[in-house]
Amino acid sequence: METRDVVILGSGPAGLTAAVYTARADLRPLVIEGEPSSTSDQPGGQLMLTTEVENFPGFPDGVQGPELMEAIRGQAKRFGADLVTTRATRVDLASWPFRVWTAQGGDAEPAVETKALIVATGAQSLMLGLPNEGRLLGYGVSTCATCDGFFFRDQDIAVVGGGDSAVEEALFLTKFARTVTIIHRRDALRASKIMQDRAFANDRVKMRWNAVVEDVIGDNKVTGVRVRDTTDGSEEVLPVTGLFVAIGHEPNSSLFTGQLDLDAAGYIQTAGSSATNVAGVFACGDVQDHVYRQAITAAGSGCMAAIDVERWLDHRAHAG
Amino acid sequence: MASELRELNDATFDEHLVATDVPVLVDFWAEWCGPCKKLQPVLEEIAREQTGKIEVTKVNVDDSLEIARRYEVLSIPTLILFKDGNPAVRIVGAKGKARLVEDLAPYL
Repeated sequence: METRDVVILGSGPAGLTAAVYTARADLRPLVIEGEPSSTSDQPGGQLMLTTEVENFPGFPDGVQGPELMEAIRGQAKRFGADLVTTRATRVDLASWPFRVWTAQGGDAEPAVETKALIVATGAQSLMLGLPNEGRLLGYGVSTCATCDGFFFRDQDIAVVGGGDSAVEEALFLTKFARTVTIIHRRDALRASKIMQDRAFANDRVKMRWNAVVEDVIGDNKVTGVRVRDTTDGSEEVLPVTGLFVAIGHEPNSSLFTGQLDLDAAGYIQTAGSSATNVAGVFACGDVQDHVYRQAITAAGSGCMAAIDVERWLDHRAHAG
Repeated sequence: MASELRELNDATFDEHLVATDVPVLVDFWAEWCGPCKKLQPVLEEIAREQTGKIEVTKVNVDDSLEIARRYEVLSIPTLILFKDGNPAVRIVGAKGKARLVEDLAPYL
């Protein structure tokens, strides 16, 4: 089995920036980039589900999320990073070199050994956990507005959530839908001021404040959403044909439970830099960041992890 | 998006399904769908490995909305495997190769 200097788990802005930097440092990184999915847990990460990214420095006219990720991927490859499209299924951080198993390599033998590990597995969009949500996924329930908005032309649909991603999705969906109702459990949005202003100025966006979604209705496709008012407990069915879920994310850290220190919400704990509680294991991006969660902060922390790895390997080599 | 997979459209879809002896997997996709792009190399790999057992094709929903509507595609990527011209199994959302092969195996 091959032993690498560094293996990177994940291929969003954090993982790929770490790949660019470690590749340029001649560490020949192996990026286990994840496997295709229709949620944010996929090669390229959350930006694969976005359209226009307006706040990434260097793109005054904005850039498409998937294009940005393809560009960073190309940059990593140019400097010699190896990328494999599979997901890590197990890690052993108790002995060194660390061992990583993948879906492609199977359960029996680890796919690779590595001296240093960079964890950049990101965050996964949360689902509501409703009785009929899974059954109707792809039949009106969607986790990807950019993929599925097209199918709801001139229809009335709903977005559940109150943060930036919910409002961004709602605004994107107004390009297609007749009305987009934002269902939010409170009486104010968490989204940034600029996004709120855009939402309130758009006459296709309607607000359903103080409401929680109880279930999705429909036999073969969505015909409505049952909501409960949190102020008086009354229930009603909103007659919508689509429900887009944007209620936030949880870190993809279950692979490391019991091996890395996680906080109560599951984020990997890093101290001062990208270092985790296991020497030689570094974390970057949304799997360790519940505060900023931006493409640019993920990329920045990926750079930090790469430099931390380089120094750690160097120090270890000299320590004999 | 350049692809080694055959592209079907509203005009050629029915005729092609009738004329093909092996099960036909149809990938409903579009240029603006990130997960669809990541799925394409996986489908090309499956097509190469299963030559003679399955034909993998693509329908661009932007160009061929009629076919997408007929099969009530509301999310992409959606994969539908047709046997003898009829839908045998439907897979919604992008997946890794091993999972797709597992999902398709009972129908091949």
